[in-house]
Amino acid sequence: MTEIERLSYDVIVIGAGGAGLRAAIEAREQGKKTAIISKSLFGKAHTVMAEGGCAASMGNVNDKDNWMVHFGDTMRGGKFLNNWRMAELHAKEAPDRVWELETYGAVFDRTPDGKISQRNFGGHTYPRLAHVGDRTGLELIRTLQQKIVSLQQEDFAATGDYEARIKVFAECTVTDLTKDGDRISGALAYWRESGRHLVFEAPAIILATGGIGKSFKVTSNSWEYTGDGHALALRAGASLINMEFIQFHPTGMVWPPSVKGILVTESVRGDGGVLTNSEGKRFMFDYIPDVFKAQYATTEEEADRWYTDADNNRRPPELLPRDEVARAINSEVKAGRGTPHGGVYLDVSSRLKAEVIIKKLPSMHHQFKELADVDITKEPMEVGPTCHYVMGGVEVDPDTGAASVDGLFAAGECSGGMHGSNRLGGNSLSDLLVFGRRAGAGAAAYIDSLGDQRPAISDDDVQVAARRSVAAFGDGGQEGSENPYTLHQELQQTMNDLVGIIRKEEEIQEALDKLEGLKARGEQVVVEGHRQFNPGWHLALDLRNMLLVSECVAKAAILRTESRGGHTRDDYPTMDAEWRHVLLVCTLNDDGTIDVERQEQIPVRSDLLDLFESDELGKYFTTAELGGRI
Amino acid sequence: MGHPYCVTVATLRTSTSSPEAGAGRAAIAARTLRTDRWWIPPLTTAVGLIAWITYATVRVFMQKDYFVGDYNYLTPFYSPCISNGCVPESSHFGTFLPDVWWLPYAALTLPFLLLFRMTCYYYRKAYYRAFWFSPPACAVAEPHAKYTGETRFPLIGQNLHRYFFYAAVLISLINTYDAIKAFETGDGEFGIGLGNLVLLVNVVALWAYTASCHSCRSIIGGRLNHFSQHPVRYKLWGWVTRLNGKHMQLAWITLGTLALTDFYIMAVSAGWFSDPRIIN
Amino acid sequence: MGNQEHFRVWRGDDETGDFVDYDVEVNEGEVVLDIIHRIQATQAPDLAVRWNCKAGKCGSCSAEINGRPRLLCMTRMSTLPPGEPIVVTPMRTFPVIRDLVTDVSFNYEKAREVRAFVPPEGVAPGDYRMQQVDVERSQEFRKCIECFLCQDTCHVLRDHEENKPAFAGPRFLMRVAELDMHPLDAAAEQGLNRKEAAQDEHGLGYCNITKCCTEVCPEHIKITDNALIPLKERVVDLKFDPLIRRKKRAAKG
Repeated sequence: MTEIERLSYDVIVIGAGGAGLRAAIEAREQGKKTAIISKSLFGKAHTVMAEGGCAASMGNVNDKDNWMVHFGDTMRGGKFLNNWRMAELHAKEAPDRVWELETYGAVFDRTPDGKISQRNFGGHTYPRLAHVGDRTGLELIRTLQQKIVSLQQEDFAATGDYEARIKVFAECTVTDLTKDGDRISGALAYWRESGRHLVFEAPAIILATGGIGKSFKVTSNSWEYTGDGHALALRAGASLINMEFIQFHPTGMVWPPSVKGILVTESVRGDGGVLTNSEGKRFMFDYIPDVFKAQYATTEEEADRWYTDADNNRRPPELLPRDEVARAINSEVKAGRGTPHGGVYLDVSSRLKAEVIIKKLPSMHHQFKELADVDITKEPMEVGPTCHYVMGGVEVDPDTGAASVDGLFAAGECSGGMHGSNRLGGNSLSDLLVFGRRAGAGAAAYIDSLGDQRPAISDDDVQVAARRSVAAFGDGGQEGSENPYTLHQELQQTMNDLVGIIRKEEEIQEALDKLEGLKARGEQVVVEGHRQFNPGWHLALDLRNMLLVSECVAKAAILRTESRGGHTRDDYPTMDAEWRHVLLVCTLNDDGTIDVERQEQIPVRSDLLDLFESDELGKYFTTAELGGRI
Repeated sequence: MGHPYCVTVATLRTSTSSPEAGAGRAAIAARTLRTDRWWIPPLTTAVGLIAWITYATVRVFMQKDYFVGDYNYLTPFYSPCISNGCVPESSHFGTFLPDVWWLPYAALTLPFLLLFRMTCYYYRKAYYRAFWFSPPACAVAEPHAKYTGETRFPLIGQNLHRYFFYAAVLISLINTYDAIKAFETGDGEFGIGLGNLVLLVNVVALWAYTASCHSCRSIIGGRLNHFSQHPVRYKLWGWVTRLNGKHMQLAWITLGTLALTDFYIMAVSAGWFSDPRIIN
Repeated sequence: MGNQEHFRVWRGDDETGDFVDYDVEVNEGEVVLDIIHRIQATQAPDLAVRWNCKAGKCGSCSAEINGRPRLLCMTRMSTLPPGEPIVVTPMRTFPVIRDLVTDVSFNYEKAREVRAFVPPEGVAPGDYRMQQVDVERSQEFRKCIECFLCQDTCHVLRDHEENKPAFAGPRFLMRVAELDMHPLDAAAEQGLNRKEAAQDEHGLGYCNITKCCTEVCPEHIKITDNALIPLKERVVDLKFDPLIRRKKRAAKG
């Protein structure tokens, strides 16, 4: 093997989305030499796709809002399965994180008194989402990107080198993490452009790689969402939790086929859009679950009044949490009341004036016009559920983002716990900021605790990892010659059909059998061409991660015999309080198999429980857990 | 590429180096891979501008048929008429320029009007594309080996646009005066004819073009960073911005109305036909 | 179900390359990127193309279709002339890495040369107050998805490699305009004049406002009319307009 370039950093951040960039900013500001490794170009991360906004209880539009209400909404949205400490930190710190963005140069939409404007969103009691039209994610990523540039400018002024203390490795993929004993020691990566390997020596690694949506056929996620961080963590010996919970966003485009799955922002409903079936009925009124009966309007009149007078009316059921709306759409289509292309109608054209639509939902207007030839100011959109977000991820310490392996940290979508069984819209961007920063600080503190005892990378580890990453070029002992594109399509079809929005035991079992087959065939993948920017090879490496993560999803899904949030079992259609306090934890064995084990949740701190009415808690908790409360 | 206009471009090109080869760029020999008829817009622009300039040049040096005494119609090409050669009734601001063939009768203002349009952000685009091929169309290689844009003399002078804008405002006032004055017949009575409408339309179009100027947009409010503290200027800026969106159209409309107005007055003045009167 | 179309895709690297022909199926509603992916999955697994979101939001899949800079994911097949071969090439202005993938690092270098937002001193986070009308201009520019198509089409860079050191290109001049119009940017207090920088460091004078950047922008940002020309006018205020300069000095004094 040829000599592999070695680079030394304090902190390696894998992933350049919101969480990764915020983590890197924090690590650099705490004086750590930081590298950001990204599969894509700088500033292209999936965060740009976030549309609606960033939830933070600043109370700019309704001053009744505060962290406790936000905490309550988050727990309710996640069906109380959330890691309560994360939900607490998130609700408390989100406003500071948003305000901080303004000092980096973010330009949010404003209220008449010049503060950051906030909009309504599903599951949020008050208007809470800081936003910029419907391109909030873009604003976030650009702001963080520009903050990093500004730090680099400071470093340039001080040292003459922009990249002295923080450097972005764009279009660079990490294939394996290395360990020195039980501690993280670095990562092996390769440049996508040249296919050349490079080794990063670093005592602390922050995973911020986002989600796993590309394992599903219909998804709003970009190609990068192949579960890299999840898989890297597993292979490094860390554990994943909540992998059975996958959020299907209720409104993805359904037509034309080539854009199926592309997101239609929840703001369409937050700003007044309604869902109707082929009979023209606003069907969401039929799908308000008991636990939400108190907060949602039961008549169209009341629902419509809410947009102008939220204090004296209950919210429209179109704004129920995403899992509820997605299931309702699914049921309507199954009952034969769907649109010609197998979705339902989402109409804003009859509800708002054309100018208002263009002003408030510019990207949606543009997206439908360009991609579907539909003018949303004149006609309704056709929408249906699309795989959007994975609630599950690396099990971390809430305060520091530390995973169960020393030196490994995770933040954002690839970490688990914060959102419980279902994430509220808008809580993702705030999650990135709050826990990105905490992971950066956690990594910095960990490094300080090491003193001179820095871990080292062994040459053998590097050579083994390097060989493994190029095995697909045909020197891996393959007998067959599987095409990575074909395998990927089969995986997506399997996960979509058998471990999708509605699940049952036989189907999940079938998926597991198919996954076994795909795994075996995955060993036989052969790619053509050479290592220079070769998408077939890139996909072959991603496929390895997707297969691993898909197995976790299916194995956890078959064990959880209840329906909750992003996990709906046809054969166990109700929520079971005995499952609320149980997490399913995935780990990887040496032989490459996945183990899933039950783990008890830490009981919710009593002062946080006090924030809820006891009859509401009664719907989620067991009598034993609540003790004297009822 | 059979079109004569394209041949010109092609000939120009052979004298210079090919589009940036080297520098690691993809080795694509064609100067453009555009398959649409990209040469139509610059060709149209060139034809339109040449036609207009030819007409205007001929007219300003004709030194006749510029004034209809019966109705006080003065063509904008001769306003203000300040040459000793001007018909006395047509000169409202005195006459002091020598009457020589090479000096247009409105020689004081014409250069400013020309400079206003030459430095106009729309016309710059139009002639850089149509005459200088810099570039002839988007994603079509330009023929020049070197390019310095508006960084040095003489093109750095384009930055003086706002002064010509100020001049154009003054001249538009004079044109407005002419249009109003034309409601008075040679006998001193009030009258309206078709010529009045022509003059009026022209002067409205001229104001719209002048007000839609990018420099005007900046001066009136674009320079400000806090619109909220200047509500009146913000409002004005909003109006100018809306007009500014039509700057190209107004640039061409005014070329049309100017030539038409001038031609109309020439025709009436030369007696090719008489002005249809509505009142008096 | 679909019909066959003829594609000519440029394939190669920084040393050599040529067009390769593919006959490929096209279905209703598909965009050019779908077809490139189909070629990848069925005929040329190593065909290099850069893409991410496939929804026109990330600006990764910039290339040239029939000679025009476009996003592959936002160019519907139905908008191209039927029956004619579809020519797909990498962006011309940047060095090619492989096939349709170009090295756009020039843009990141230029981004670094634009001095970042300077937060106002003495204003705590959370105390920023800005009126909507005051932020709208900057917001338009912040819609930019950094696809770099404007940089690609701009003849100052496209036809003149030698101008690259001196000229930041429309995207980054727009960034300067964005910051110069930001109601709370405190660059001036730090002694940084963004207008001066636009002219002297970022090469605003090279722009001859021929508007190709505006024509090509997939976000429909009016780059020329709303960013470049207003910035040129602000430079005139500073450098070529003695009246305004004197007034400013008087006001300061």
